[in-house]
Amino acid sequence: MMSEHRPIGGKILTKPFLVLALIAFIAFILVVKRFLLGIGSVTNLNDGYPWGLWIVYDVLVGTAFGCGGYAMALLVYIFNKGKYHPLIRPAIMTSVFGYTLAGASIILDVGRYWNLYNMFWPKYANINSVMVEVAICVASYVMILWIEFSPSFFENWRKGGTPKYINKFMFVFIAIGVLLPTLHQSSLGTLMIIAGNRLFPLWQTNWLPLLFLISALTMGFGMIIFESLFSSVILNRPLEMSMLKKLSAIVSKLLLIFLIFRFGDLIWRNEISTIFNPGFKQFMFFLENALIILPMIVLFIRKQSENPRSLFLTAASILIAGTLYRFNTYLVGFDPGYGWQYFPSIPEIVVTLGIISVELMAYLVFVKKLPVLPTVRQIENN
Amino acid sequence: MTLNRRDFFKVLSFGAAVATGTNTLFSNTAIRKKFRTKDAVGILYDATLCIGCKACEVACKKVNGLPSDHSDWETKHGLSNAWDSGSDLSTHTLNKIKLYQHGDASVKNRSENGFAFMKRACMHCVDPACVSACPVSGFTKDPVTGIVSWNESCCGCRYCEIACPYSIPRFEYNKAIPEVFKCEMCSHVVEKGGIPGCCESCPSGASIFGNVYEILKEAKRRIALKPGEQYAYPISTVHDTEIQVRSAEKYIHYIYGEKEAGGTQYLILSAIPFEKLGLPKLPETSAAATTETIQHTIYKGLIAPIALLTGLVFAAHRSAGIETPNEIQINDE
Repeated sequence: MMSEHRPIGGKILTKPFLVLALIAFIAFILVVKRFLLGIGSVTNLNDGYPWGLWIVYDVLVGTAFGCGGYAMALLVYIFNKGKYHPLIRPAIMTSVFGYTLAGASIILDVGRYWNLYNMFWPKYANINSVMVEVAICVASYVMILWIEFSPSFFENWRKGGTPKYINKFMFVFIAIGVLLPTLHQSSLGTLMIIAGNRLFPLWQTNWLPLLFLISALTMGFGMIIFESLFSSVILNRPLEMSMLKKLSAIVSKLLLIFLIFRFGDLIWRNEISTIFNPGFKQFMFFLENALIILPMIVLFIRKQSENPRSLFLTAASILIAGTLYRFNTYLVGFDPGYGWQYFPSIPEIVVTLGIISVELMAYLVFVKKLPVLPTVRQIENN
Repeated sequence: MTLNRRDFFKVLSFGAAVATGTNTLFSNTAIRKKFRTKDAVGILYDATLCIGCKACEVACKKVNGLPSDHSDWETKHGLSNAWDSGSDLSTHTLNKIKLYQHGDASVKNRSENGFAFMKRACMHCVDPACVSACPVSGFTKDPVTGIVSWNESCCGCRYCEIACPYSIPRFEYNKAIPEVFKCEMCSHVVEKGGIPGCCESCPSGASIFGNVYEILKEAKRRIALKPGEQYAYPISTVHDTEIQVRSAEKYIHYIYGEKEAGGTQYLILSAIPFEKLGLPKLPETSAAATTETIQHTIYKGLIAPIALLTGLVFAAHRSAGIETPNEIQINDE
């Protein structure tokens, strides 16, 4: 039985790959420094801004980018849209990298990493803490993702492909794989509720969990569209346009739902007038929402949603908007007072770039060596 | 094909299922409230009495075995332990006297052209956000004394620093094996019947220690005083026999910490508006209570997650069953 996915083959050690490896190496040295001399020796984090680029980009944005697998599983298996199937495997692969590296990068950012297991230890785990929920769900989701992705390994290296017992129970893993991101992507929003009025009213709301969940879904779909178009161009493959067009129709509706809750909440809390006071936070709010409204309008125009170029730009816009929403909620809108300030240091940025490099390198290796991308025949059939 | 109407409603209902959890908060779930325990201890800091001598800072370091802080300039020139010159709370400094001054700073306890002092330290909240936020019980609140203290189970995630409305916890950013520091009301002394270093050492009675209900009563007596009225101020504890009789300042008729973020065990009195002294304006509900109410509503008995999972398993089983590679439905509906 042949899978409809094939490794695309090709040389691994290309020039871009080596550049990425170099960045990853420099980042590795900085990581060693962080473990020997402390977090402050590499980052600009301080007692006022204890969470910075590493948490917000690597963990929050990283896992949201990794929601492609979640979004596709929801669509294909839960809403029974079998026709999107060829895209699900690359989507799960992006999720595997996004989540695995997000989970790993927590170890860099946490000061007493040797105690992390306490989060799973009944004696110490504090069930009142939103972070415990996030930790349990993210950790188990990483495992579920590897199981969901395992057929790619089996098909490549095991005679007879994926073992029957894995296939047989795959639906259970898929169901858990939809449950867990629903729980933790919303909890990643709940995390900031405890910051109270230290988080600016444009972002602080009891609806943070729902907003973060919808936002994560838009980013998941955005990532699938972005990645599919990007890999088509970079790896010289035909465009998967007809499917992407349909995905974009779903995204446009999700964006609309997000905006209804986002602005409905502001009106309901009587904070809508805050938008009109001039200020940096308001500017960032404007930017964040403009990048949601614009692609939504573009996608509602039928002619535009069929154009690969506009589709690519809208996907990028959705990803940037989701990124901004997370940065705004965790950093821009967060003001601990007492004159504290934060902007990431250069080494801090390099470490994040290193993590992104590792992710891209793994992507290149995986698509070249494992049956991940749909076969060309299948795309053309569609 | 675009998403048809039935699918669109499926998406909506999925969102609505999640929204229900949050929504409960606004309809019938009261946000939980915690109260000061009977034997809780506390500190009353009366800014009108503070003379800014910093004896409390010195005593704090002595009792807790902490080194002195230095400015960058002093560190560069090799000064160490000659004196203490940190300007804020740090991993070495658990309480700090801050100066407020305005204009010519000629009169104490006056906002305009006046000055005053303020002691920054952990407020020992009744419903502490740090305790609620900490994933690994690294911060605990003593069930008897209500003192909030740190322990070694901490994983260094610094969520406490995000959560604390007063920006109190301090993390060792420049250590490979960091710890978190904040005032623990000298719990090691208090449990032996002693009193915290700051109250023990304060010469003017600005910091007094005692049962939290008694210091609350004392605070209420003081804000009821008329300016200039003679009052017997106890020096170290609320029942101290050593007293100082002096005329009362013009108190602001408000006890900071009585209700802030669910209340605190460190109470503050002042003649100058609290916001000018760097104390945040906070709602009466602890953000910890809001978060826990939302979280425990959604996860109550794990019923919602289990129900959702059951639905997902059925849906996935139905879809995955027909989804062997050769049978994939590729054509449009």
